[in-house]
Amino acid sequence: MPLLQITNMTHYFGGLRAVHEYNLGIDPGQIIGLIGPNGAGKTTIFNLITGIYQPTEGTIHLEGRNIVGLQSHRIAAAGLGRTFQNLCLWRHMTVLEHIKMARYSRITYGLIGAFFCTMKRQMEEAAAEEKAFELMEMVGIAQFAGQMVLNLPYGAQRRVELARALATEPKVLFLDEPTAGMNPEELIQMMEIIRIMHKKLNLAIFLIEHRLKMVMELCERIQTLVFGEIIAEGTPCQIQNNPKVIEAYLGKETMET
Amino acid sequence: MELNARELQAEPEKPRGKLRKLIKGVPLISWLFGAAVAVVLEHVLGDSLTELLRLPKIPVLFGFVIMLKKPLMIPGAVVYLMLIYIVPIIGVARLTARIANWLAGKLMNIHILFSAAIHLCLLYAIFHHWSDISAYRLLILKLTLIAIMLTLSLNVINGYMGEFSCSHPGFMALGAYAASVFTVVLFADDKLFGKALLPAALGPWLFPVGLIIGGIVAALGALAIAVPSFRTRGDYLAIISLAFLFIVKSMIENLEIIGGPRGLSSQPDYANLPTVFLWTVACVWIINNFVRSILGKALNAVRDDELAADAMTVNTRRTKIVAFLFAAFWAGVAGGLFAHVLRYVNPATFGLQKLAEVLAMVYFGGLNSVYGSIVGAVSLNLLGEALRPLELWKWIIIPLMLILVMIFRPTGLIAFREFDVREVLSPKQK
Repeated sequence: MPLLQITNMTHYFGGLRAVHEYNLGIDPGQIIGLIGPNGAGKTTIFNLITGIYQPTEGTIHLEGRNIVGLQSHRIAAAGLGRTFQNLCLWRHMTVLEHIKMARYSRITYGLIGAFFCTMKRQMEEAAAEEKAFELMEMVGIAQFAGQMVLNLPYGAQRRVELARALATEPKVLFLDEPTAGMNPEELIQMMEIIRIMHKKLNLAIFLIEHRLKMVMELCERIQTLVFGEIIAEGTPCQIQNNPKVIEAYLGKETMET
Repeated sequence: MELNARELQAEPEKPRGKLRKLIKGVPLISWLFGAAVAVVLEHVLGDSLTELLRLPKIPVLFGFVIMLKKPLMIPGAVVYLMLIYIVPIIGVARLTARIANWLAGKLMNIHILFSAAIHLCLLYAIFHHWSDISAYRLLILKLTLIAIMLTLSLNVINGYMGEFSCSHPGFMALGAYAASVFTVVLFADDKLFGKALLPAALGPWLFPVGLIIGGIVAALGALAIAVPSFRTRGDYLAIISLAFLFIVKSMIENLEIIGGPRGLSSQPDYANLPTVFLWTVACVWIINNFVRSILGKALNAVRDDELAADAMTVNTRRTKIVAFLFAAFWAGVAGGLFAHVLRYVNPATFGLQKLAEVLAMVYFGGLNSVYGSIVGAVSLNLLGEALRPLELWKWIIIPLMLILVMIFRPTGLIAFREFDVREVLSPKQK
């Protein structure tokens, strides 16, 4: 059984069918891309898997354990880390605090430690800080550690989100358009970072992306979603040559150029 | 004058011009030395200086009351203020800065808790001697310390967690009545509850238990709000908590067994200055510890983006409920102390007026900041007392100040600043 297995997931918003009979299997270390036109339901699929919405039908298994119906913080702690399409950062917190916060589920000192500043708390907070610096080095934001996130350039904010997601020690990392709004230089840096962390941590990554160049380069397998249904799935090469995909998605691009 | 020292300390980064020169490189302990000298000076010279300046009596609250009542006395009061407080405090603080820096470093090297204890002892000694001058001062001081507890605990909900709770006086009432009933039943002969059940000698030792019971009762009350209101988001908490405040108030008014609208009196005199001081210190220390831990910072995460907090493994529901109960607990303890300072409580005390006061202190001082709560509570409390001679005008001036603060600093005077004990106590470099 793959690391993350989704079978026949269907979701309705009222009468509107947002996702239909969606299937996915991700193995450790695999990068899978999800593409599709705007409004196809890509982010909805993310939200369904990470527990923000409950799927109407279907099952989601992480390491053989059914996670449908769990609260989203439990799903996150079980090993599904994510970033958001439009940055969801905490505006009054520093970069370091962001990444330490993602260690929440690893904290064992409890309220006694929080109230009385015990030895155990000091040790755990120090460990969280060490881990945070390690991750910040990895994505290249260690120099911003003490700064408020809102004062950071956009590309750095994206990397904060990435480091924060990594701090939860995910087994599968969900990236929702990690390069949205980035300039070409930032885009190349981001791809490099994704490659590095994939290699270093042997992460499974599930990626939503609009920039096809990036998806084609990074992903082993690509799914194409249109109106909540997968119309094609395969290697980048197969997807590029699939007539359905070209019609629904790539076709527009070729017409423009 | 302690207020002076604190406020100057609180704004080390951008005090302007001369002020900056004066306070730069002066550690906290120097200010305490200065304040101690001022207090001793007042003890020794206060009476004769008062006579010399033809003031009616020693100016109790830094001369404000005298100045406002009899404008002709302003020069005398100002001279008194300069000679007893401002000159000695600044002078001694400057002069001892070098040796105090050395001392602060030494103390810090032994242990941070040791250093904190020394500072607190000094602070207590100053409070003790300052409040020795008159019973009025003592009362103001105690009520100010209690206001700090209240403000800080409300800041946990309204500032750190970013919800809007209106039930703090209700929690305070629960704590006040629970603690009062505990001490009155056990240790006082009272017409409502009859003879004392335990010997009075045990009283002061069991008083903390009474306060903690008060806090727990308040926390249980908070649970009653938290369970229904935290299922939804937004303004619901404000409405539900306001309703809770009125429920508590009318419940107490209708419970004849605890005195009904007439109130409950004959609390034993347990809330002396050391007790109130220690509880305040404990409250500030514990709340500060909490909001600086990852578990406490989770409140900020929930406030700024709950969805992201959830996705980062934060148990948002638990975080909110724990913080709410925690804040209510301290409001209950503060209420218990309040009841024993005044040695009388009635339900009318815990109404909208009180709510407005506490909210004003939180928003005036600054959201999401321990400094802010201390500054807000101290300044509004002292201001309220100092402007008392203006009678009606007081209620125009204080709200006006609040409006100005809200216009120019919408989150309060000192918002979003961490209270780092190590930084406060450590020596200051030039």
